[in-house]
Amino acid sequence: MKFGVVRFPGSCDDVDALLAAQRVGEAVILWHQDRDLQGVDAVIIPGGFSYGDYLRVGAIARFAPVMESVIEFAHEGGLVLGICNGFQVLCEAGLLPGALLPNTTLRFVFRQVNLAVADPDTAFTRASGRGQILSIPVKHTTGRYYSPSPVHVVLRYAPGENPNGSQEDIAGVVNEDGNVFGLMPHPEHAVDPLMGSTDGLTIFESIRAHVGDRTLV
Amino acid sequence: MRARVLVRPKAGILDPQGQAVERALPALGFEGVENVHIGRLIELDVEDPEQLPAMCERLLVNPLIEDYEIVEALR
Repeated sequence: MKFGVVRFPGSCDDVDALLAAQRVGEAVILWHQDRDLQGVDAVIIPGGFSYGDYLRVGAIARFAPVMESVIEFAHEGGLVLGICNGFQVLCEAGLLPGALLPNTTLRFVFRQVNLAVADPDTAFTRASGRGQILSIPVKHTTGRYYSPSPVHVVLRYAPGENPNGSQEDIAGVVNEDGNVFGLMPHPEHAVDPLMGSTDGLTIFESIRAHVGDRTLV
Repeated sequence: MRARVLVRPKAGILDPQGQAVERALPALGFEGVENVHIGRLIELDVEDPEQLPAMCERLLVNPLIEDYEIVEALR
């Protein structure tokens, strides 16, 4: 399968996302000015500070030319994964419900957290089990998830580990159709024993398994 | 027209910046202060002020988490 990793000016986790995706499949960079998604099976919007995050996090990036194609791709059922700033961009683009607010501490947090898999039956978590704990790092200042309407929760911070004050300890949510997933923690930073954890691979392996099944059908 | 768009967190959404200031004021001897909220001021010159609400809804404001108010400013 083939992943496409979007690169905005200000993206900084695009290379890690690319290398993580390449552990399970092919992966290419998608430049923010290009509308051509190069036939990818899944799109990753990586972490960073797209367009400087001026105004509000993700607010300007969601109007990038590549995002027009990503939105169309998502509406056609394509798999889209947004990590950290990518999650913020997907919320601003209306592909995911809710918004990300400044951490209640108003401080940047950077640490390894335990995440509990709330739903192992999604395209993004099918390689995990219900309640399984994944050890994955967070690093953000604006990660307090908020949604006034009910949402499909996929990952929660383990009890006592919520780093940002997000409602109901939410760390990751999927859209109603189950093909767009956003999370604040960084699975691409936990894919090798050298990084202290390989639990992040679960997300990439799940996507590969899902795309593999779909191709067989 | 020079316009000011006042953006503030929606009522009911935790505003830690406002809370921090609300706690700091009594510490300096200013009593009787409550409901402190911190938002953003966007000032802009526009040829067609009718477009301002659309600008707010599409870009300047995230209506899910923020309220806004448009006021005319003196140049």
